[in-house]
Amino acid sequence: MRSLRCDVAVIGSGPGGLAAAIAAKEHGAECVYIIERAEELGGILQQCIHNGFGLEVLGADLTGPAYAQHFINRSYDIGVEPLLDTMVLDVTPQKRIYATSSQNGIVEIEAEAIVLGMGCRERTRGALAVPGTRPAGVYTAGTAQRLVNIEGYMPGRRFVILGSGDIGMIMARRLTFEGATVERVLEIMPYLSGLRRNYVQCLQDFGIPLQLSHTVCEIKGDRRVEAVVSTAVDDQWQPIPGSEQLIPCDTLLLSVGLIPENELSRQAGVEIDPVTGGPVVDQGMGTSLPGFFAAGNVVHVYDLVDWVTTAGEIAGHSAAEYALGRAKPVTHRLRTVAGDNVRYAVPQWLDPEALSLGTQRLQLRVSHPMEHKVRVVIEADGEPIWHRTEGYVRPGEMVTAKLPPNLYDRLRAAQVLRVSVREPQ
Amino acid sequence: MREREPRADHTDKVSLICVTCPVGCPLEVTVDGSQVVTVEGHGCKRGPAYAQDEITDPRRVVTTTVRVCGGLHPLLPVHTAEPYPKHMIFAVLQELRGLTVTAPACVDQVILKDALRTGIDVLASRDMPEKR
Repeated sequence: MRSLRCDVAVIGSGPGGLAAAIAAKEHGAECVYIIERAEELGGILQQCIHNGFGLEVLGADLTGPAYAQHFINRSYDIGVEPLLDTMVLDVTPQKRIYATSSQNGIVEIEAEAIVLGMGCRERTRGALAVPGTRPAGVYTAGTAQRLVNIEGYMPGRRFVILGSGDIGMIMARRLTFEGATVERVLEIMPYLSGLRRNYVQCLQDFGIPLQLSHTVCEIKGDRRVEAVVSTAVDDQWQPIPGSEQLIPCDTLLLSVGLIPENELSRQAGVEIDPVTGGPVVDQGMGTSLPGFFAAGNVVHVYDLVDWVTTAGEIAGHSAAEYALGRAKPVTHRLRTVAGDNVRYAVPQWLDPEALSLGTQRLQLRVSHPMEHKVRVVIEADGEPIWHRTEGYVRPGEMVTAKLPPNLYDRLRAAQVLRVSVREPQ
Repeated sequence: MREREPRADHTDKVSLICVTCPVGCPLEVTVDGSQVVTVEGHGCKRGPAYAQDEITDPRRVVTTTVRVCGGLHPLLPVHTAEPYPKHMIFAVLQELRGLTVTAPACVDQVILKDALRTGIDVLASRDMPEKR
């Protein structure tokens, strides 16, 4: 068995992992491995060939592969060592990684610090429990994206897309470009779940109908999908009898949400937040296990890649500090909790001492859209300490609260930070 | 073409969603023929500029793939260097469908110069190494 040692090992080379590996190097870690199961770096960005990446971090409107290329080049320039075609099988709490590759067989990597960067997975038909037969022709939108954009196969000719997530809408346009017909996009919620600009440039531009408060209640077909049955739903998401419509098609794409991928984190014993599906983290992206950090969509699913990069940089920086023995021991931490109309807030733990180093960000997702002015309010042990007015909030768009260093005195002895989104006063 | 709602003073009212950034501001635009008279609802100065372009000359960045010979993958992702005239999107896709690039290719390499005489090049979106 081949054995390797390093300061920082990063598992996954998507935008979070790449940013973490680069940041770890920049902050003094000497040996940084980035472990990737595919034959090249970049992760899912390589199949996201549309533009719209990089406006926040690079000040340029790039395609997914071009955004990845920027960070891949940077990682090579700074001396990050890639382990490609290498699949991590197990991670121990003692920070030993066991991986396998066709070239090297089983590889053992002993790391001073580990960054988890496994990204997320798509919800599948099984998670939705759509009734009907089980023919070929039901794909998640991301699988179809890989087939069309990387491998060069069309998974069908006549599509129905369930879910108005960004990947689903982007695939509606992509499939139209490649000559397929997209009959319609169905969304069970009464509002769009992806970005409105994707509705405009992916659906509206090509006359693809979107039906809100609709879902698929049956898949028909013997060997291959022959049709799906759509239905309107009421405000309890229950099908409304009599509203069913038969839509002939040969393929159903599912774009119904992403879940952080944490099989390895669980194996290692990292505490997982049941709401986000990702590790419970502190402001430095440190998890419940000493020396384990988490970067990007593995923590919670971001809406912009730019924020994944930013989160990865924080994780990589923290991992380098830990590996080099420079991390300060934590003496006190506040727990952040979700209040009114907040589904979750990240990080779940905040060390008030971090405020002495600079502004700290809390990111939150709301449960319900509010299409008017709202107040984002943060309370420490019941006392309001911070608020901001937002023009609107939507579940598909994360809200960021920046806590300034001058809050240090108010937070030093507090226990609980409650984050709420309320009607304006 | 978007629906126009005629108004008493011969102008039309058009509702747009700005696609310049992820916020997606709803824009209410008054149009006289092809001239934008007023824009409301924008959160920044890019909104009115988008409305003007969208009414007179709508454009989109076009992203697709072209065939690669001898590359790590069979396809190379490509994009137009600038937003491309919307009414020519399917024509440029057809043009690109007929192309084959030989690996290796380099990010931002010109794949199709002056695509359909628009003055806009189509560029490679990534490096494409040769198959090992």
